[in-house]
Amino acid sequence: MLNSKIPAGPLDLKWTDYKGHCKLVNPANKRKLEVIIIGTGLAGASAAASLGELGYKVKAFCFQDSPRRAHSIAAQGGINAAKNYQNDGDSTFRLFYDTIKGGDYRAREANVHRLAEVSASIIDQCVAQGVPFAREYGGLLSNRSFGGTQVQRTFYAAGQTGQQLLIGAYQALERQVALGNVTQYTRHEMLDVVLIRDKDKNGNEIGEPKCRGIIVRNLITGELERHFGHAVLLCSGGYGNVFYLSTNAMGSNVTAAWKAHRKGAYFGNPCYTQIHPTCIPVSGDHQSKLTLMSESLRNDGRIWVPQKQNDNRKPNEIPEEERDYYLERRYRAFGNLVPRDVASRAAKERCDAGYGVGSSKQAVYLDFAAAIVRYGKIECGKLGINNPSAEVIRKHGVDVVKEKYGNLFDMYEKITGENPYEVPMRIYPAVHYTMGGLWVDYELMTTVPGLYALGEANFSDHGANRLGASALMQGLADGYFVIPYTIGNYLADEIATKAISLDDPAFVAAEKAVSDRIEKLMSIKGTQSVESLHKRLGKIMWEKCGMARNEKGLKEAIVEIQQLKKEFWSDVRIPGGINEMNPELDKANRVADFIELGELMCKDALNRSESCGGHFREESQDEDGEAKRDDAHFQYVSAWEFKGESDWQLHKEELNFEVAKPTQRSYK
Amino acid sequence: MEHYTMNLTLKVWRQKNSSDKGKFETYQVSDISSEMSFLEMFDVLNERLIKEGKEPIAFDHDCREGICGMCSMYINGRPHGPWQANTTCQLHMRAYKDGDTIVVEPWRANAFPVIKDLVVDRRAFDNIVQAGGFISVNTGNAVDANAMPIEKDKADAAFAAAACIGCGACVAACKNSSAMLFLSAKVSHLALLPQGEPERKSRVLKMVQQMDKEGFGACTFTEACEAVCPKEISVTNISRLNKEYLVAGLTEDKG
Repeated sequence: MLNSKIPAGPLDLKWTDYKGHCKLVNPANKRKLEVIIIGTGLAGASAAASLGELGYKVKAFCFQDSPRRAHSIAAQGGINAAKNYQNDGDSTFRLFYDTIKGGDYRAREANVHRLAEVSASIIDQCVAQGVPFAREYGGLLSNRSFGGTQVQRTFYAAGQTGQQLLIGAYQALERQVALGNVTQYTRHEMLDVVLIRDKDKNGNEIGEPKCRGIIVRNLITGELERHFGHAVLLCSGGYGNVFYLSTNAMGSNVTAAWKAHRKGAYFGNPCYTQIHPTCIPVSGDHQSKLTLMSESLRNDGRIWVPQKQNDNRKPNEIPEEERDYYLERRYRAFGNLVPRDVASRAAKERCDAGYGVGSSKQAVYLDFAAAIVRYGKIECGKLGINNPSAEVIRKHGVDVVKEKYGNLFDMYEKITGENPYEVPMRIYPAVHYTMGGLWVDYELMTTVPGLYALGEANFSDHGANRLGASALMQGLADGYFVIPYTIGNYLADEIATKAISLDDPAFVAAEKAVSDRIEKLMSIKGTQSVESLHKRLGKIMWEKCGMARNEKGLKEAIVEIQQLKKEFWSDVRIPGGINEMNPELDKANRVADFIELGELMCKDALNRSESCGGHFREESQDEDGEAKRDDAHFQYVSAWEFKGESDWQLHKEELNFEVAKPTQRSYK
Repeated sequence: MEHYTMNLTLKVWRQKNSSDKGKFETYQVSDISSEMSFLEMFDVLNERLIKEGKEPIAFDHDCREGICGMCSMYINGRPHGPWQANTTCQLHMRAYKDGDTIVVEPWRANAFPVIKDLVVDRRAFDNIVQAGGFISVNTGNAVDANAMPIEKDKADAAFAAAACIGCGACVAACKNSSAMLFLSAKVSHLALLPQGEPERKSRVLKMVQQMDKEGFGACTFTEACEAVCPKEISVTNISRLNKEYLVAGLTEDKG
């Protein structure tokens, strides 16, 4: 039975009440308690720094060569916080409500409210650390608006907000390393968790198995290492790379979370994937990753396709009346600023119907011509230029657009070789974020005692669709302000637990299992590269478990993935050796887990025959093709328990909405 | 942009591990699309090497969008290749034409030992940050974010310095393997902000000391670092660092 451990009482007092009553660990005992943290992105670095400051003995692991490289670094847009500095009516409640609604009523109210409550403290903390947020001329912080909200609550540092926040957390982490509170292990990858049951006075095992450590592989030497911890925190990010092509970093993977899942941690809502509408389209088979163009571009750019199918004319040759501004046509109220899931599906619908552009026909135009003219006219007015020529207007307009979006336009030009000031950009949706993740309770603990999941690695706060600028908020909320309290509630009962010997049979067995699997992978010596198998998995997932899903496709995908799994384990070729740096082996370990995850995602998508947020089931749509939720049957979190190969059991956590009453989202 | 394909000769540094001597290997690659990124060209070559039963080339990379700072190739004598304000992962093959020869090496610096092929160990940068590249404020200690207004110009300058991605191109480009641009960017970021004031002097002294300990060379201000920096970090930060160091050295009394 799932126990989400949501505190009793009114929604807005739950967290205050929890903090007032949770157990505490005194400083002398904190020094004896060891905490392992996997991943050093916003969630991991902030947790490692904060727990180190509290006096716990922390070990922080990352697979990159430095904690500062975790993929949080690539977040562009901003971080939300209910500061109401703009006096525009924002409040904790409104941030809570927007997040619940944006998530299409598939998130837990208590968690989301807590997130909104701590959001303001995050900004304070970051500014104190020296994060250089954008400021106004008066010296105060600047805000901008983002999708799905009507207030300006997004704090930002140009288009590099994630980078600046991560560097803030990284510096706090390095300070703890220098102080000796945190030990840092770079180029190390977690390959299993170790579960051990407590023993009574007579040495008999009692209670449920608890997470007591990890097995990691040193990626430079290939050696396996055992590490003990009284608790283990997985802050290992999302699993978008199951699709092969995504905006995630090449190394982003599900392995840590998946190992935990196989050892008993339930996986929550695996099928909830965010497909971001404005990415640079695929250019060919060689493509290794996709690049996101910030959502902020939709403030000024207009999205269109030709009205004629298979129109091969150049965009500038297509006259205004032969263009279809389909978002403005379909969604009058929100136009080009509809939420991400809606914008993505609309682009796919047009391309599937034969209106796509570019050589692949899998793209739509994002056009700044109108914005350039609009801004140009305003500038000419300011400068007192009467009857400016089209050329003069354009010149001034380009300057304004450059000022606002210059770095994004440059990025586009570097990748495509096209000048977006001259021709409209071509964009297409791409996998960007995964709302699903390890199931956690209110304290961020998984179904395995002592094993926690923070940030994108857990399922908890974004429901079926995440709003822009909320991922950074959640990662830092979990690490700076939630886990320092909730972990104490668990560790207070562990103060008598001595460090368990690394020769304990559980450690020996876990290491052996990891070692056996590596040996097995290396001994296959087949004919297909890891990359080629990963690409095939991605293709199955994208076509059948991507932006639109249906029963037939999902059933086919499950069979195809099972087949692919067999092929992988009988025909993969991994060059090199075990006891050395071997990036192909690292990849193989990750892709093997992605294959298993892919199957579960399809199973989850098949089970959830409603449409909600980023999960669109073709069977569940209204007459206009809009997503139709089914609260009567699906107002629950799907928490999957691993039972064996290709075998899972579904547990349901019912969602109760006491404050934010579910309504059908409409953006028309 | 007209799309074309090309055949290239690659001379790539191969080194089995840190104790191996290492040498250049030559590879012919064909049918490379001008639309590929430089690292995708390496992906294609590696796929071929795997098929041929050879070991692929190890290289560092992660975000592939120019922000994580992991990629680190020294291409035809220039860190990150020929484009301005660019990382290796953002370099695209239309920078080259059919028949070109491209020489690819790892970063070369005593403080960045080679781990394998094109992969180097940049932990020295983390060590420099540990020496003082932070503001000592524990979680929960902060006052309201708007309690202390900061001049926009200063905040912008701090941001420009904080944009450093820690890739190490500055070190690789420098004939002395100096880390002054990296270090000065961090010192500037924190010295320009009022929050950094309390530790301003001790920070710069400790960080410079650590930089020397790591084995980076001295700065002779050739500005090669700025020329190759993917984030266009300015050498004026080095001037600021020198000033900070001088003032701290003359007035710091904590020893």
